[in-house]
Amino acid sequence: MLGGTSGGYLVPPPSSEQGSPNSSYIAENVLELHLRVFVCCLFCKKLNGIFLIIYSILHTKRALHASQQCLAPLPPLPEKGGEVRYGLIPEEFFQFLYPKTGVTGPYMLGTGLLLYFLSKEIYVVNHETVAAACILSVLIYGVKKYGSKVAAFADKLNEEKVATALAVKNDAIKGLETAIEQEKKEQWRVEGRSYLFDAKRNNIAMLLEANYRERLLTVYNEVKKRLDYQVAMQHLKRQKEQDHMIQWVEKNVVQSITPQQQKESIAKCILDLKALSKSAQMTV
Amino acid sequence: MDVKLGELPMWLATCNFTPKSLLGGVQKAWNSYCNKYINVKRGGTAGISMLLAGYCVLSYGWNYQHIKRNCWRKYH
Repeated sequence: MLGGTSGGYLVPPPSSEQGSPNSSYIAENVLELHLRVFVCCLFCKKLNGIFLIIYSILHTKRALHASQQCLAPLPPLPEKGGEVRYGLIPEEFFQFLYPKTGVTGPYMLGTGLLLYFLSKEIYVVNHETVAAACILSVLIYGVKKYGSKVAAFADKLNEEKVATALAVKNDAIKGLETAIEQEKKEQWRVEGRSYLFDAKRNNIAMLLEANYRERLLTVYNEVKKRLDYQVAMQHLKRQKEQDHMIQWVEKNVVQSITPQQQKESIAKCILDLKALSKSAQMTV
Repeated sequence: MDVKLGELPMWLATCNFTPKSLLGGVQKAWNSYCNKYINVKRGGTAGISMLLAGYCVLSYGWNYQHIKRNCWRKYH
């Protein structure tokens, strides 16, 4: 019907069906699937609307992972989509027909099919054809003229998104790297622990030494004070004894001088004085 | 290709036609189509234009009985 059942895409390898009960494919390729759906539609004409509903349901309930779940890192998106000629027919169709019919094969097939449909009026030319032609021409003109600009704009949007994500990632990496450096520095600092403790130990030893010497000095001072006191006491005592003895001796001597002795001594003194005065007068 | 044309009936007999597996197959086909033409970094018009063309063809097929009345000749 539509150029054969075999114009296929490459489908992912058959190791993804472990979850479902059957282990084989229903449709090897998309065209075959569409062919089957088309056949089903033609046979049950009354259920036309239901298939649209089913399609929309399938679109909304599309599974997130088509093939086996491969873990991170996710493979990057492919750069370009599959090759399509004239925007409608995938390149694989042309490659499929190339070995048997060469380069012009698909074009001859297309021309033949077109003429067949027109001549047998499987495709009827009516007002819709004119409308389709106008719409298609406008669309193609618009795409050809503004396609590159729209693509550049979309690429720019994508670039910005990727750049913000990359910036976040790079900032996170930089932050983590600075954290690593700081951690390494802290580890290096830890190695200087011994010096720190040595210095602290020296400080403490010095403090202890200073305190010890201070207390030694106070002890010395106190002992000296007490000894000085004892010495002063002894001096004072000796002084007092001396004074007392002198006084007592004087008192006793004075007491021992009887009045008779006093008279004799006075008389003697007078005689001496007279003699002295005589000798003085003699010399003069 | 995975299945040759000559082996088609044999291959058709091997796979089961439960609705669940049919739905699974449809889902897989849709996912493979999306991953090939839509989920790419720089896609083009080919992705949706093929879908629209398929939709046009399908709707033409569904309404063929009505369009048949506008044909230009009665006998081809």
